Amino acid sequence: MIEENINTKFDVIKIREDFPILRTAVRGKQLVYFDNAATTQKPQQVIDAISKFYHFQNANIHRGVHELSEIATFEYEKSRGKVKLFINAKSSHEIIFTHGATEAINLVASSFGDLFIKENDEIIISTMEHHSNIVPWQILCQKKNAKLKIIPINDDGEIIFEEFEKLISEKTKLISIVHASNSLGTINPIEKIIEIAHQKGIFVLIDGSQSSAHLKIDVQKYDCDFFVFSGHKLYAPTGIGVLYGKESILEKLPPYQTGGDMISSVTFEKTTFNSLPFKFEAGTPNIEGAIGLGSAIDYLQLKNINEIASYENEILNYATEKILNVDGIKIIGTAKNKTAILSFDLKNIHPHDVATILDKEGIATRSGHHCTQPVMQRFGIPATTRASFSFYNTFEEVDIFINALKKVIEIFR
Amino acid sequence: MNNLSELYQEVILDHNKSPRNFKKIQNATQTIDGFNPLCGDHYTIHFEIRDGKIIDIGFEGSGCAISKASASLMTIAVKGQSIETAKSLFQKMHEIFIGKNKNIDFDELGSLASLSGVSEFPARVKCASLPWHTLNNALIGKKENITTE
Repeated sequence: MIEENINTKFDVIKIREDFPILRTAVRGKQLVYFDNAATTQKPQQVIDAISKFYHFQNANIHRGVHELSEIATFEYEKSRGKVKLFINAKSSHEIIFTHGATEAINLVASSFGDLFIKENDEIIISTMEHHSNIVPWQILCQKKNAKLKIIPINDDGEIIFEEFEKLISEKTKLISIVHASNSLGTINPIEKIIEIAHQKGIFVLIDGSQSSAHLKIDVQKYDCDFFVFSGHKLYAPTGIGVLYGKESILEKLPPYQTGGDMISSVTFEKTTFNSLPFKFEAGTPNIEGAIGLGSAIDYLQLKNINEIASYENEILNYATEKILNVDGIKIIGTAKNKTAILSFDLKNIHPHDVATILDKEGIATRSGHHCTQPVMQRFGIPATTRASFSFYNTFEEVDIFINALKKVIEIFR
Repeated sequence: MNNLSELYQEVILDHNKSPRNFKKIQNATQTIDGFNPLCGDHYTIHFEIRDGKIIDIGFEGSGCAISKASASLMTIAVKGQSIETAKSLFQKMHEIFIGKNKNIDFDELGSLASLSGVSEFPARVKCASLPWHTLNNALIGKKENITTE
């Protein structure tokens, strides 16, 4: 069953031991978890870090003079430093902890939007954006009477670059685009986009929700102005995410939310805001989440991200090849450059029926529009079934999945 | 695969493949949309209701096998029935879908009983109930479209 070209250096069996949930049975079957683009499972190291925090380190951060508060603050800030290294930011002041990528985009839409977007200005996004990178800009544009322009995509699910270039005008202030599409898998040529944008003084936000666990991220090399991602798609807990912004820009922006921790002094007459990054972190943050994220980054750093990427690519290629032999299959998202996401349509069988039957076989996939309704409209389908892979998935699991798809077809024949 | 064969019974698969009353009707007095925004199931149901009776009913749209078969079976069941009968059938089916009524009267329900398997699949209850909620809106004279999330 297993192809010859598999990466023998990559010890997936050993990696799987780090993820306790992978030993779980669901519906009486061994779990096959192919819903990694929605959220990833957590390694024991991350679970232990969170448990350790509550066993031995829990206190509120900043300002406390007692030892536990010092330890909690130290651990929280240490995680910020790990994020800085992970995405190669220039300074840890550029790392803002948020609830997730969604909040990070909302923060930029609010604070950057307030200061930089004026009437008749233009913001460019693409057809393949997640709703979280559409709606905040729509609302901002309504508020400011600005215009939202959309980069079209081709039948393979790649942005049409010439059309993108045509959309740029004197009025364009921001381009906000996904690094890797959650419903198509397409990896966008962000460096080329950023280069063109910067020649015209346009700011660029990159949504790294689907790329940060699968590609080596280097914000200085990309030269993006903002980069956002969620921890839980990166083997960390839910409720923690990151906004990276260039210090020179973040310095200028007004706060997003106000309250405790984000101030340096408050009187009833006047409030002075705290310095970066605290200016953007009002209230008690998700401390365990930040610590969990730091631990997930440690875990990933122990592996080689390039090896992870190349193994995930092999899984994707294997699954793509096998699924093409299934009757009535149409892959949605056939870009040349893809992350390990396989979205497909099975002729005359609705994705929800597909996912229900796969679930009975212990296989977790996702069916629906994946919060990318414009992508579904573009391809003229209501929904897709999506299998999304991680480096803990195996070729054998792909075989189980393909066999289960054949069962789906049998039932509906 | 036991529950699965209960969910995807022959009747369901048949109605999915060739839905009955799958058309716009001539003299509709009401037309209501029902959709599951998260799934993308979307149906438009046309009703001709006169003198307290469902004279004609037809539906259009797309969705999963469960929602389509449910809509198809529903149109057969309520066509020609009084509003009161249809209302009580809605109530009965609703209780079956959510697992509140497990004593299915197969003789009384006929083909509709094939939808009872859905109660074992919590994530799919909304699929089966979508057309029925749309029906109920028409029966109680509400004009609003229906979403079941």
